[in-house]
Amino acid sequence: MNAGTLFSSRSARLLLGLLAVLSLAPLGVDDYTLSILIAVLLQAYLGMSWNVMMGFAGQFSLGHALYIGLGAYAAGALFIHFGVSPWIGVFAGMTVSVAVSSVIGMLGFRFKVMGVYFALLTIAFAEFTRVLFDHWGWVGASSGLVLPVTNRVSDDFWLLRGSTSMFYYLILAMTVAGFLFSRSLLMRRIGYYWQAIRENEDAADALGIPVFRYKMIAVVISAAMTSVGGMFIAFFSNNLFPESIFSMHRSLELILGPIIGGVGTLFGPILGAVILTAMGETFTILGEHVGIDGVKQIAYGICLLAILIVKPNGVWPWLRHRLGLDGDGK
Amino acid sequence: MDATFFLNVTSSGLLTGLVYGLMALGLSVIFGVMRVVNFAHGDLMVVAMYAAFLLFTKLGIQPVPALPLVAGGLFVVGYLLQRVLINRFLGATEHIQFLLLLSVAIIITNVVLMVFGPDARNIQLDASFESYSVGPLVLDKVRVIAAITAGGVAALLWAFFRYTTTGTAIRACADNPVGARVVGLDVEKLYAVTFGIGAACVGAAGCLLLLLVDVHPHLSSDYTLLGFIIVILGGLGSLGGALLGGILVGLSEALSGVLIAPSLKSMFSFGLLILVLLLRPQGILGKKP
Amino acid sequence: MTSHPMLSVCDLGKSFRGLRAVNAVTFDVPKGAIVGLIGPNGAGKTTTFNLIAGAFPPSDGKVTLDGHDVTGLGQAEICRAGVGRTFQIVKPFAGLSVEENVMVGGLRYDDGDVETARARANDILRLLELGDKARQPAQALTLPDRKRLEVARALATRPKLLLLDEVMAGLRPVECDRMVAILQGLNKETGLTILLIEHVMRAVMALSDHVVVLHHGEKIAEGTPAEVTSHPKVLECYLGEEHE
Repeated sequence: MNAGTLFSSRSARLLLGLLAVLSLAPLGVDDYTLSILIAVLLQAYLGMSWNVMMGFAGQFSLGHALYIGLGAYAAGALFIHFGVSPWIGVFAGMTVSVAVSSVIGMLGFRFKVMGVYFALLTIAFAEFTRVLFDHWGWVGASSGLVLPVTNRVSDDFWLLRGSTSMFYYLILAMTVAGFLFSRSLLMRRIGYYWQAIRENEDAADALGIPVFRYKMIAVVISAAMTSVGGMFIAFFSNNLFPESIFSMHRSLELILGPIIGGVGTLFGPILGAVILTAMGETFTILGEHVGIDGVKQIAYGICLLAILIVKPNGVWPWLRHRLGLDGDGK
Repeated sequence: MDATFFLNVTSSGLLTGLVYGLMALGLSVIFGVMRVVNFAHGDLMVVAMYAAFLLFTKLGIQPVPALPLVAGGLFVVGYLLQRVLINRFLGATEHIQFLLLLSVAIIITNVVLMVFGPDARNIQLDASFESYSVGPLVLDKVRVIAAITAGGVAALLWAFFRYTTTGTAIRACADNPVGARVVGLDVEKLYAVTFGIGAACVGAAGCLLLLLVDVHPHLSSDYTLLGFIIVILGGLGSLGGALLGGILVGLSEALSGVLIAPSLKSMFSFGLLILVLLLRPQGILGKKP
Repeated sequence: MTSHPMLSVCDLGKSFRGLRAVNAVTFDVPKGAIVGLIGPNGAGKTTTFNLIAGAFPPSDGKVTLDGHDVTGLGQAEICRAGVGRTFQIVKPFAGLSVEENVMVGGLRYDDGDVETARARANDILRLLELGDKARQPAQALTLPDRKRLEVARALATRPKLLLLDEVMAGLRPVECDRMVAILQGLNKETGLTILLIEHVMRAVMALSDHVVVLHHGEKIAEGTPAEVTSHPKVLECYLGEEHE
């Protein structure tokens, strides 16, 4: 379980192997496959961000699209209006997300809004912001923001304009960084405090843990991480509409991965993203064969139900056990 | 903007609000008894609206007479949903329950999409263009009918919980499931009946709402959110609260639609939701936990 | 320098919506002492505990810890001031291992170093005879073990004053004697001050230097175990019920 053994363990070797394969992927696959891999990694990254708040600290958010949107719009608008590099814009996005999430967390925790009610509060803020952006001219209101796309010979990493494989390596790096960051959080005092709060807030309080402060830290870190994902979405997709970026569907989609993979585990969000994307792709092909609208989604829903019934705690805790990695960490 | 116009908008919002209230009542009953937040509520609503649409277009049954049929059908759907699926997740944590109902919602929405396609549908009755005049007030006939029927169904529900044995038994389960089991009540069956009743409310509300608005498959999440706003406003688990919340939301939608930009009206609702969650999380009529 | 008691409770009172749960309770717990708090069910013992531990603020009165006024502080602040507590209805961190449960209490020290806290947690677990269960998930423990875990977790916060709420309940006589011996050992070796609520009279009598008796939210007697057991009011309202 402890930090020293993790990198020499079997799970570490498996992870490094996986990473090696993923880093070479752009050399061997076409752009379509690469974009699917990007989708997987993006979902994994966003799932990890949500997992910090819900999985580690036990605070249920159903409104994470808010931070995706803030991150995306901050970086996107600064780029369009002032030509500011997304690497600077991303800090603007993080700052705004940290500010907004502190307000939500502060209000929610001070007024003791808990569980489902807290989740509804996060939805309400996300939806409120969505409508707000729909009417805010500077960011294009409901007609959205479109980032200029020009044909270029080489990738411009500073302005994030370029090929699919550049974005692939970026999201791969973000996912690896997110994983290592989550892992280091979980193995420190803060991680144990969060888990204590998640398991029993009252007992954590009685052990002298500053519950409010640690819940706030979880909310803020999670929001900041999510907003970086938002920046990625903005520059990868090149267009932003409040209707889609802040939508409740995005919030819901975002949390499916970690729940399917295993809430509170480190690898769960990654595994969940792989399972969901694999399901999605399979059923898209299936849907094309059948040729009826909705078949894909129905099959998707049925699979979700099936996983939930068979493995309510997520697939990763079970798989970890089957792989004999139980001693190696979360 | 003159007073008559204002009065008309207010009364139409109030009438629509009663129908919203009936829909939210279903959500409230299910939460009050089982502590399950039904994230598939709006999807059941859309199913009900399409059922009423089918009965009208294929068999010529108007929505109000069709109401018992649709409500009965949804009762069966709700009953089975609880018995087969939700019951085994009653003890699960919130996010698991949430995902469960979300999966159900995804399936329902897309079955509807598959059957009816993505286009908006509506029905037109002769009554759709008629209206009542009361002094300066002009009330759409269908809106009045819908509101009165919604009120009637809500009253029936209230009487059911108040005066019937089953209703009393369900209230006992809500208060103390362990105690209810100890005195020999079949809690599982009562839960299923409750879910059925919750779905039947939606069924009734769906028929009535079809008189007022178009239906299309993607309305479902809007209705789910609307249901949440209403029950949080009125107080989760409180019957009167659901109706009051419905009226408030109906009013605020109607008024903000004319006073500020129509597209901003949902922002108003969400702002209201935030305030109520913070200041009075048990809702306006709800009891303190 | 006058020596002050470890804990001083003065005129403590609490009302819940008009119901007076604790009224004008006053007592001291001297440094290094073991004091028992007894009384029939509903006497206000756990409420008194919760007031001392800061689970909710008192309606009136004062709580002084080691010479510092701690009245009205929150649970976490009072813990950091040196009070460790157990819960009558145990509250383990079910998803964490036994070892991690105890570690959490000790992470405030040594700059939050996890390995140091882990080592210390294992020392405490060995002391409470849970050493071989350190890696098990807390939810797998039996009730007596969960009670021990509560004590271990409270000890990990390095308290000056330990509040024990019915930790012997549900233990078999042999286990109960072991717990008494462990607590006595801690008290002698480290000078830990202990205030305990207990229904198991054997344990109270064996452990306590001093006993405070509550009834209907008020203190009706205090003194040595021998004095209290022969006190007429106590016999009437409390022991009278159990020793028919």
